[in-house]
Amino acid sequence: MIELEIIENPKKNILKIIITDNGKGIPENKLSTITDPFVTSRTTRDVGLGLSFFKKAAENANGFFKIDSKEGKGSKVIVEFEYDHIDRAPLGDIAATVSNFIAANGDQLDFVYHHFYQDEKFILDSRQMKEELEDLSIQSPAVISWVREFIEENLEKIRGGEAF
Amino acid sequence: MKSLEELKDMRNKFQNEIKKRDQGPRTEIIVGMGTCGIAAGARDILKAVLQEVDKRNMDVRVTQTGCIGMCEKEPLIDVKLPGKERITYGNLEVSDISKIILEHVINGNVVQDLVIARHSE
Repeated sequence: MIELEIIENPKKNILKIIITDNGKGIPENKLSTITDPFVTSRTTRDVGLGLSFFKKAAENANGFFKIDSKEGKGSKVIVEFEYDHIDRAPLGDIAATVSNFIAANGDQLDFVYHHFYQDEKFILDSRQMKEELEDLSIQSPAVISWVREFIEENLEKIRGGEAF
Repeated sequence: MKSLEELKDMRNKFQNEIKKRDQGPRTEIIVGMGTCGIAAGARDILKAVLQEVDKRNMDVRVTQTGCIGMCEKEPLIDVKLPGKERITYGNLEVSDISKIILEHVINGNVVQDLVIARHSE
């Protein structure tokens, strides 16, 4: 299972992203070098940019990147940005990001997404969705469109109608 | 406002189609979603593929993959029709997607000017 928490708090000037999984975890000796762009677990070549870029993006916006992991238990990434920092990258189209992820992985993986804006929040939980869907695949195109619209509507609502 | 109950309705609506679809091999569309792909616009490509598949109510498996080492040709997608060779399209724009789906996936004609590789399995 993967859990994504996005916490937007312009009043406190914080954008925080927390990603937790219950996967196989990362050995301790790999953890210290994991944000090195020339360290990767893949075997086809020797570069891995995802976490390196994530860390750099946070540090560019006066924030931080932190990763914890326990073998056999899972991993947790916590990243914080200064919300109004001029170099803070925009969050982008999160509805497409999440619905694309479910479109490609939803059958095999459960996904829980929490989004906070100040004191407002909403949750999308693939386990609840699967209960309603029964034998209809969560990766079905109609379901994916529903996910995208669900996130877009809720984001607009918690952000008080502001689209950005 | 969207609600979870809508999913139940969706399930009931599609119930008959699911049973029909469970048989036989399916067409597969694979979108490169590595860091290089995303930087080149792969997220909009994947979104366009999903929208097109939903709009046309097609029985297609859409999946994603990481970087395959052709970063300079991103965004790219693979189209694999059952029993046919796998075709890789590259340097794509969102507007190319409806063309590939219509010409290749539906009509079975490879869109030659967008092809960057072919693989027979």
